Amino acid sequence: MDHPIKRDHSRFRKIVKGKIRDNLRKYVSGGEMPVPKGDGTFKIPMPQIETPRFKFGEKSQGGMGQGDGQQGDPVDGQPGEGEPGEGEVGNQAGNKELEVDLSLEELAAILGEELALPNIEPKGKKTLEATTHRYSSIGTVGPDSLKHFKRSYREALKRQVATGTYDENNPVIIPIKSDMRYRSSSTKVEFENSAVVIYMMDVSGSMGDEQKEIVRTESFWINLWLKSQYKNIEMRYIIHDATAKEVDEETFFKTRESGGTLISSAFKLCKEIIETDYNPSEWNIYPFHFSDGDNWSTDDTKLCLDLLDNDIIPSSNVFCYGQVESRYGSGQFYKDLMTKYGEGHDEVILSKIKNKEAILDSIRDFLGKGK
Amino acid sequence: MLNQRSRPISGELYELKEEIHQYALDYGLDFYPVNFEVCDYDTINILAAQGGFPSRYPHWRFGMDYDQLSKGYAYGLQKIYEMVINTEPVYAYLLNANHIVDQKTVMAHVYGHADFFKNNSWFRNTDRNMMDVMANHGTKIRRYMDRFGQDKVEDFIDKVLSLENLLDIDVLFETPDLARKRIEQQIKAIEEESGDENSGVSSALKSFMRSKLFNPQNPSTSKVDEDEIVHQYKKKFIGKRDVMRWVLEYAPLKEWEADILGILREEAYYFLPQRMTKIMNEGWASYWHSTIMTQKALRSSEIIDFADHHAGVMAMSKKNINPYKIGIELFRDIEFRWNTGRFGKEYLECTDLHEKENWNRPTNMGREKVFEVRASHNDITFIDEFFTPEFCERQQLFTYKYNSRSGRFEIDTRDFEAIKQKLLLSLTNFGQPLIEVEEINFANRGEMLLKHIYHGVDLDLGYASDTLRNLYALWKRPVNLSTVQEGKTVTFCFDGKEMKPI
Repeated sequence: MDHPIKRDHSRFRKIVKGKIRDNLRKYVSGGEMPVPKGDGTFKIPMPQIETPRFKFGEKSQGGMGQGDGQQGDPVDGQPGEGEPGEGEVGNQAGNKELEVDLSLEELAAILGEELALPNIEPKGKKTLEATTHRYSSIGTVGPDSLKHFKRSYREALKRQVATGTYDENNPVIIPIKSDMRYRSSSTKVEFENSAVVIYMMDVSGSMGDEQKEIVRTESFWINLWLKSQYKNIEMRYIIHDATAKEVDEETFFKTRESGGTLISSAFKLCKEIIETDYNPSEWNIYPFHFSDGDNWSTDDTKLCLDLLDNDIIPSSNVFCYGQVESRYGSGQFYKDLMTKYGEGHDEVILSKIKNKEAILDSIRDFLGKGK
Repeated sequence: MLNQRSRPISGELYELKEEIHQYALDYGLDFYPVNFEVCDYDTINILAAQGGFPSRYPHWRFGMDYDQLSKGYAYGLQKIYEMVINTEPVYAYLLNANHIVDQKTVMAHVYGHADFFKNNSWFRNTDRNMMDVMANHGTKIRRYMDRFGQDKVEDFIDKVLSLENLLDIDVLFETPDLARKRIEQQIKAIEEESGDENSGVSSALKSFMRSKLFNPQNPSTSKVDEDEIVHQYKKKFIGKRDVMRWVLEYAPLKEWEADILGILREEAYYFLPQRMTKIMNEGWASYWHSTIMTQKALRSSEIIDFADHHAGVMAMSKKNINPYKIGIELFRDIEFRWNTGRFGKEYLECTDLHEKENWNRPTNMGREKVFEVRASHNDITFIDEFFTPEFCERQQLFTYKYNSRSGRFEIDTRDFEAIKQKLLLSLTNFGQPLIEVEEINFANRGEMLLKHIYHGVDLDLGYASDTLRNLYALWKRPVNLSTVQEGKTVTFCFDGKEMKPI
């Protein structure tokens, strides 16, 4: 049986995520996801729930330190940070915040763990050739960092026994240069799965900056996760109002048009891209569509559903639609999709994104099925 | 113990323990038996999160501390070397991944703590069976949770935790025996006061007469007055700062609520001496691990590792005071001063700087003095008495504050008086505001009145309001708080909805 503290731990996590004990919500600080600091380091989230107690106001801020320096010299960092020494029972909670270097893989791992995302089971043939290096053999040359101590000493022992310099009573073994052995790599060709993510976004007048920011953040995390799952992945971006065009990533997030909205235009372009560039039997295809849910007409919506049914869905792993709430959007498109694909359709995932706080939940919706 | 998560030491570690144990005894350290156990980092994180104890009541905050310790360890930013618990026998946990030299250092360190726990007077009345007591508390609270629902019980605990820091240190010296004697004395004093005209009459007769005096037609009022008298006696012996006790005695709590409040209060007082002696306790343990290691236990091959790790523990920080560093240096300074006769009237009144600098009377009372100090001081008195200008300068101490113009923290001063002042202030009530219960029947409406003993720094009103909200939930009548804001005395009232000045 696990230690009971794991239950306290999961309870704490549930409170932080707002699932239970709603009245504690306002005392929660520190988010769930790592925050990039711009210089390559990330702030690791240290969610905390503070118990309200009598304490002094801001004016008492400041503290004491030890070391060199004149009056007026800066003291780096924040008070209460990084207490050195052997930890004992911590009674006073300091400012708990960790800043560490994180690779994208680690970041993806945190995301996966945080949202309990399952690994994706890729479909299709492994077509992409990838060469990997594995340290599976031993060589006589190499850098010190790859030195194989056991092998080196064994060589030295052999040599000493052979030359008669080994003394049983004083078994000192001193390797010389020719005894040194190093790990060396051999090249191996592997076949990998490949994937493409096709982002489509409605850039009509009703999608404001806030909505785009949400889409941008969401796509950052989606990319991060999919990149951790596929070695070879491509991103394609389509923007549309009444007409659709393919753009690069930067334009995708910056463009703002004012026309009406024909979602089918984007779906058509998406279909063309898949047909020309990505053979569904070789590629894992992920179309994502974000809009505020307004479409020009019900006829167009019908056309959209046809396109999805006949072309996009059959060739994709999963089709994801994220509806960002805006003041102007009616949200009708979500309802239309819901009616058609609401129940029993694993290949379509729908998610409503109310605000920034809802991004994580919606990522969980999209990626939580392991498709 | 702990579902086999830890096991007693054996083999090499056991032999090392025997060796270090003997050194500790030779130096005159005096402690209850110490049981060492080894465990992995996850277990030590669990123990640390639970205040050192393997079994506590269910509460999210243990999970929170565990979360933070685990993350800190996973990213390699912090590591706990050891845990030691003030019980009899003392339990100490060693991390299995530690190097042998670290294990030795930690053992020596633990014997320092164990000696401190046994001999420092602030620990005199701590319950040494706390291991069992905590486990029992856990069982009790778990049972209440089964019966009344986890959310409900946890919510109550959360409310009580808002008051957890409002303690009265005098309680540490209060044994049941003492309390009884004191009540007797006070009853006697009050009776002597009121009994002036019938001074010859026995007390039994007096109480009989008193019961006749009160309106015999209406026994209920006389009952109230009797209660009133008992109430007066009681009020005199509950410490003003013991807010939890006041709530326990006078708030309309359900039985299970009162039980839990009592449990939490008991645990808070158990940890209080450790909080009061952080600098001394760590300083004393460090003084001994350093002494035992460098004079006895170190092998020559271990010197570099020991020096490296010891230096890590003693690292000075510009951001905050390292209690290990200040503590060990102060003990060494005391030892040095009492070895060279740098104390007493003659030394203090000496005005010749050169003479003072090179003062040396071979009094050799250093060791004796540090043992005496560890028995009778707490952090505040320790600093107040032994923190000297010379020491302050040698330790390169300074205070810093926020400069709003440059947007950063800057060194404020290296002035001795200012530093000592700030240090003492940060230790007084652990740098938290002093709150006293002023009145529990404020304005004759059953309201509680708290008083903030003002020392120049205003309260954070947001926190105060939320704290009062939780207190209100226990007291079930409005709660008031008298404090000073921007130079003016104000009294706030929390009436169940919001906090507003009255």
